[in-house]
Amino acid sequence: MVNFLDLIWLIPLFPLAGAVTMLLAGRRLDPQPPSEVALAPGVAAASGGNGHGDAHGHHPAAPGRFLISLIGPGTVLLSLLFSAGAVIQLAGLPEKVHEVVKYTWIPAFFFHPAGGGGARLAADFGFLLDPLSAVMILVVTVVGFLIHVYSIGYMGHEGGYYRFFGYMNLFVFFMLTLVLANNYLLLFVGWEGVGLSSYLLIGFYFHKKSAGDAGKKAFVVNRIGDAGFIMGMLLMLATFGTVRFVDVNAALAGREPETGFGVLSAIALLLFIGATGKSAQIPLFTWLPDAMEGPTPVSALIHAATMVTAGVYMVARSSALFALTPQTSFLVAAVGAATAILAASIALVQNDIKRVLAYSTVSQLGYMFLAAGVGAYWVAIFHLYTHAFFKALLFLGAGSVIHALGGEQDIRRMGGLKDKIPVTYRTMWIASLAIAGIPPLAGFFSKDEILWQTWSSPLGSKALWAVGVVTAFMTAFYMWRLMFLTFHGRPRLSEEASRHVHESPPVMTVPLVALAAGSVAAGWIGMPKIWTWFGEGFRLFEHWLAPVFAAATAHWHAHAEAHHDVSIEWALMILSVVIAAAGIALARHLYLVRPDAPEAIRQRAAPVYNVLYNKWYVDEIYDFLFVNGLAKGGGSLLSRFDAAVVDGGVNGTGWLTRFTSTLSVWWDTWVVDGSVRLIAFTVKMFSYPARLLQTGYLQSYALVILVGVAVALGYYLMR
Amino acid sequence: MADTILFYIFAAFVLGGGVLTVTRRNSVHSALWLIVSLLGTAGLFLLRQAEFLFAVQIILYIGGVVLLILFVVMLVNLDETARLRQFNKAWWVALACAVVVGIEIWYVLNRGLETLEPGEAPQTAATIEGNTERLADVLFSEYLLPFEIASLLLLVAIVGSVVMAKKRI
Amino acid sequence: MLHPITNAHFLVLSAALLLIGTIGVLTRRNMVVILMSIELILNAVNINLVTFSRHFGDVHGQIFAIFVITVAAAETAVGLGILIALFRNRETVLADEVDLLKW
Repeated sequence: MVNFLDLIWLIPLFPLAGAVTMLLAGRRLDPQPPSEVALAPGVAAASGGNGHGDAHGHHPAAPGRFLISLIGPGTVLLSLLFSAGAVIQLAGLPEKVHEVVKYTWIPAFFFHPAGGGGARLAADFGFLLDPLSAVMILVVTVVGFLIHVYSIGYMGHEGGYYRFFGYMNLFVFFMLTLVLANNYLLLFVGWEGVGLSSYLLIGFYFHKKSAGDAGKKAFVVNRIGDAGFIMGMLLMLATFGTVRFVDVNAALAGREPETGFGVLSAIALLLFIGATGKSAQIPLFTWLPDAMEGPTPVSALIHAATMVTAGVYMVARSSALFALTPQTSFLVAAVGAATAILAASIALVQNDIKRVLAYSTVSQLGYMFLAAGVGAYWVAIFHLYTHAFFKALLFLGAGSVIHALGGEQDIRRMGGLKDKIPVTYRTMWIASLAIAGIPPLAGFFSKDEILWQTWSSPLGSKALWAVGVVTAFMTAFYMWRLMFLTFHGRPRLSEEASRHVHESPPVMTVPLVALAAGSVAAGWIGMPKIWTWFGEGFRLFEHWLAPVFAAATAHWHAHAEAHHDVSIEWALMILSVVIAAAGIALARHLYLVRPDAPEAIRQRAAPVYNVLYNKWYVDEIYDFLFVNGLAKGGGSLLSRFDAAVVDGGVNGTGWLTRFTSTLSVWWDTWVVDGSVRLIAFTVKMFSYPARLLQTGYLQSYALVILVGVAVALGYYLMR
Repeated sequence: MADTILFYIFAAFVLGGGVLTVTRRNSVHSALWLIVSLLGTAGLFLLRQAEFLFAVQIILYIGGVVLLILFVVMLVNLDETARLRQFNKAWWVALACAVVVGIEIWYVLNRGLETLEPGEAPQTAATIEGNTERLADVLFSEYLLPFEIASLLLLVAIVGSVVMAKKRI
Repeated sequence: MLHPITNAHFLVLSAALLLIGTIGVLTRRNMVVILMSIELILNAVNINLVTFSRHFGDVHGQIFAIFVITVAAAETAVGLGILIALFRNRETVLADEVDLLKW
């Protein structure tokens, strides 16, 4: 029997091997035609649209391409199998923690933490498998595998096929590293790596300027968050002297929750800033909608199911820290709730199918942070898990729709597709119900639990619950608006699209079906406690994750249990279902029954509409404040600095040189030359009387002799 | 007694001749007054019992040197020169210096005055012998070399003066 | 006034004659007169020599006086030769007008 537990370090390495193979050897496997431009991604191939075969349905593929199609998803499948094996074996352990340290990266880096004394930073390439990371690797590998398979069909006619799979595998490698790391430093390596892969994949269609810009925007905004993460990590290092999860948690055990804003709150806040960047919360969410420039599978995998959830995972991993800092936790919950409602409001009026889904993602991530902020860490992970299924399904379905229409993404030019692309329609129908929170689908259980915890937890508040409920209403509304406009009603397709419409090939629809199954059933392991007719087996998720969050929730868990008001929970549950149904009904009314009504509403509430349509002008504000402000202000400041200080320094040096040279000149002219001239002058002055002696007259010379005689005689007489 | 009077007479010749030599406008007059001065000197020699020198003075000095000067004066034709200014412009400087030197000599003489008193003239055998004999005696024994050199000098002077005065060498 | 004549008188006399001759050399423009003044100086020297010869009672002073006269004669001859040469070239016997003894 293979000991999968000791081989968990292989799990990230399979996709790494795939990535290396494809990125280094891919060109040879899948040779591009002589004209690169013709098969460049994003540029139309022989026929128009998003790359199709010359004959309908017949997609020529080079043998090398087949190999790539095998390697790409294949490595992820291997990771999946190893993950499944490891998790099963983990379940068998009494203490559900298994740590494998593969290689000590930084054995002993001595430094002095803030508290004095000495400490050793020790970080290793270590992998930790505990219930939390088990959930994460399963989510990543299952959803990742399905999306890889889907991509075989979706990206089949694109140029850069090998590059796509190479980057996707690279992403999976980094994501698995992130979730399997046993210390914050290795987690950060994965964190940065997924950011890099995201940039590479968003900018996959590099011939389009908008794609490149979106990639850069994503990377830069991420970086801002990463700065916070690094500072938090360093502060943690200075405080605890270690970055290993087990060590940090051990150091935190037994401490009392902080009152006021202390060093723990600072660490938590800084880590959360990193999370806002990665998981697109306020204020660093602006990159996610722009990231839709990438291919749809990328949006599905990275910007729905996995990368953006890294922030939630990190917060959950740091649950012990957040539990001890109620102020920061409340901030996390507030930011999550605010983001949820803000994004949902924007999604109400967007017209691009992928944009709606992008804002929906931001909104659902807000829910996850709301849950984490009120202390319900397992609920946050639960929602992460269910959301992965239905959001990935929604994105892949949207991709299927786009593929079917030959590239159309505007929902105003869709409609009446439900009979033409039935599989896509039905699977998306399931996903939309799930996200709206209709029982017994997955989304209901997780969302309802979040709302209940927000209401009842000592860290939660009724105001936050209200925000959550309003957001749930909006979620149902905009999701079904999307559905009705896309699939129902009169077709509003363009000529070209309506000729083109066809269902996607099985390689794309099978993953859709699989994900739909997950969207239905995934929630059934997280049933509410008040559904007592279901046994404890249906609450597997909470129990599975309980040991991880035991330390964090210990403080108030007992309190929550004591005050568990059953009837209120029932009431709230029914209320949330009713609100979701109401949202769906309203959408149906506005977009199916009375299709001209939205236009009237838009005109009546034009200012509100404009604000929502323009995304609350957040991008414009950032542009003004930071891009222009920092760039121009900083640029002008720097240019003034350069002119004044740097050039001033240079000029000053020049002036100094000239000044000292002037002194030198003065010295040389007056002192050095002066002394020479003085000597000459003296000689000249002496020469004047001396010249007079040489008269040429005989008698003057004789006179001088006489004078000499007189003097000599006088001298001798004086003696 | 007679010595004293003779001394003063000869002194007058010497000094007066000297002054007049220096101050006359006419060169020939100057030469003639020089003769007078030399005559006085000769007399003084005689007073001091230097008979040979007295004779040499007259024959050589007056009869040779001054005659030579007179010949040259006539050769050079100094008539126009006699009409010009005779003393140079800075004569007072020379006068002052001479006065200074004179004062110094006077001072010296004053200091050594007592040594200059003659006792009796030493009555040696030399005076009985006669001045010329004594001179010859010393001249051709002790001072032979200077004598010969002096003759050589005279030869050189002759040749030199002839060369100097020639129109074309 | 009518002291017996001592050596001092002779010395004073010779000093006076020396000074007269010096003044003549330094003052007169006519070069012939200058040469004559030089003779006066040499004479003064001779008087001095003879006086002291008489004072010490030997003839060395007189011998030296003989040599002085010899040299004086030679020197006058050469000097007059120079004077003639000068007169032939410059048409003058005035000491002021020949400032050739300079650079």
